[in-house]
Amino acid sequence: MSALSGLLDILKGDAQADRVVPRRGHSVRLTLFTSGAMAFLAVFALALSLASGRLADRWSEALARSSTIRISAPAAQMEAQIWAVLEVLEQTPGVASARALTEQEQRDLLEPWFGPDLPLEDLPVPRLVEVIETAEGYDPDGLRLRLAAEAPGAVLDDHTRWRRPLVRAAERLRSLGWISMALILGSVAAMVTLAAQSALAANVKVIRVLRLVGARDHYIARAFVRRFTLRALTGATVGTALGMIAIALLPSAQEEGGFLTGLGFAGLHWLWPLTVPILSAITAFWATRAAAFKTLRSLP
Amino acid sequence: MIELQDAAYGYGGGSLLSDINLRLAPGSFHFLTGPSGAGKTTFLKLCYADLQATSGRVTLFDQDTSEMSRDEIAHARQRMGVVHQDCEFLDHLPLSENIALPLTVAGRGGVEQDGNLSELMGWVGLSARANALPPELSGGERQRAALARAVITDPDVILADEPTGNIDWEMSLRLLQLLVELNRMGKTVLIATHDLALIRAAKAQVSARVLRIASGRLQLAGADL
Ligand SMILES: Nc1ncnc2c1ncn2[C@@H]1O[C@H](COP(=O)(O)OP(=O)(O)OP(=O)(O)O)[C@@H](O)[C@H]1O
Ligand SMILES: [Mg+2]
Repeated sequence: MSALSGLLDILKGDAQADRVVPRRGHSVRLTLFTSGAMAFLAVFALALSLASGRLADRWSEALARSSTIRISAPAAQMEAQIWAVLEVLEQTPGVASARALTEQEQRDLLEPWFGPDLPLEDLPVPRLVEVIETAEGYDPDGLRLRLAAEAPGAVLDDHTRWRRPLVRAAERLRSLGWISMALILGSVAAMVTLAAQSALAANVKVIRVLRLVGARDHYIARAFVRRFTLRALTGATVGTALGMIAIALLPSAQEEGGFLTGLGFAGLHWLWPLTVPILSAITAFWATRAAAFKTLRSLP
Repeated sequence: MIELQDAAYGYGGGSLLSDINLRLAPGSFHFLTGPSGAGKTTFLKLCYADLQATSGRVTLFDQDTSEMSRDEIAHARQRMGVVHQDCEFLDHLPLSENIALPLTVAGRGGVEQDGNLSELMGWVGLSARANALPPELSGGERQRAALARAVITDPDVILADEPTGNIDWEMSLRLLQLLVELNRMGKTVLIATHDLALIRAAKAQVSARVLRIASGRLQLAGADL
């Protein structure tokens, strides 16, 4: 049986083949419970991954890789300092482009605070230079030193930079979530392998009788594989449902709310947890199959 | 069907059977005798590939058993009916399902099973026990059930290890009758037994060869049998 037809067989079922292995043992409840508990945890790991992924995206967008340089200087020196700043920026590695905001743009920026008739010319308003960095970014300390030398009135404002470590942390958190998912599936595989091995060991005599009357290994293995796959599927479905309910009941997230209130699924992300029972079933299928064939080959 | 060429077998280094040469021709009827512990069961295990000869060749349906995959062995067993000396069953299934087991595992359950099963169970006198679980059966009932299980698939070869050990004479003759009929239909039969009366009863009906294992060798038994 190829893996796919094997999986389809499992879903179709074969009542007679299923009966040849006795239904007994505590491994039933253990498998159900453990796969349920693992699925519950997996839902949280998924929520963590997706939420921290969203957070990382939002924060890195906010960075947008732009910063501003503010130049305060007596009107007479203003033009010269702007030029000096632009020249420094031109020679700074990591700067993609730089441009001074026009007076009109500055007026537009200030209008909300001071109203439309602001006599900008008469006020000592600093001028702004917008800096767009390349992906690598520039070295802010080096740039500050050079600005101090060339244009003493220039102040580099890279306030968005403090968020960079946070983005990194969020990204790390996202990978930790995925690693947790992998570990959880690995645990499901290990647990199902142990349970299947114990079920196989408890049925050595049954297996012997089946072999003697001409049963192929596939036939015998299928009875075990079907049983454990369905148990893992059932347990994981219940666990996933409970996990999703628990997450749905978390206090709702605000747009820019704190990290904890952001934990949960958004929109189509609610479909992700539905993969947990399927992945658990596939994992159980392979784990039992491997354990069954290994045991069967060791028996005459 | 089954052929052994210079086959030998020993448990843990020792030698139990050696220089075994035998060809079970299609449609032949053989008995196998010998003292307890002579190696009759071991010989049969070589024939259904439960054991592999330590030297020589065992050929099953034209395939060397030492080169057969597990699936090929399973497939060959589906063409054979074996009554094992210890008559193991699946203790959680009722007798009727146990007797039909070879059909079930060969994917031949259902229609084919319904036809033969009740008739066969009637012949071996187990109709009333169809729903009993194997642990509830007597030794003789188990042996009769084992024979029914061995022949339900209409196999080409029937190997029976002491099929009448715990059974009264009348029922033994009934079982023999079944095997003789199957042999007349062209099936190959080999029966390991201590029961000389059974052998005589058979020889009155079919031409059976009687083999004997003594000191590890296979011989043709004397004409007195
Ligand atoms: N698994 C085993 N390991 C070691 N020795 C074994 C094993 N099975 C059988 N023997 C030994 O091999 C010898 C032959 O056993 P076997 O069962 O083939 O004899 P048998 O002719 O069928 O005897 P019986 O008429 O009592 O059934 C015996 O001495 C037995 O102790
Ligand atoms: Mg014996």
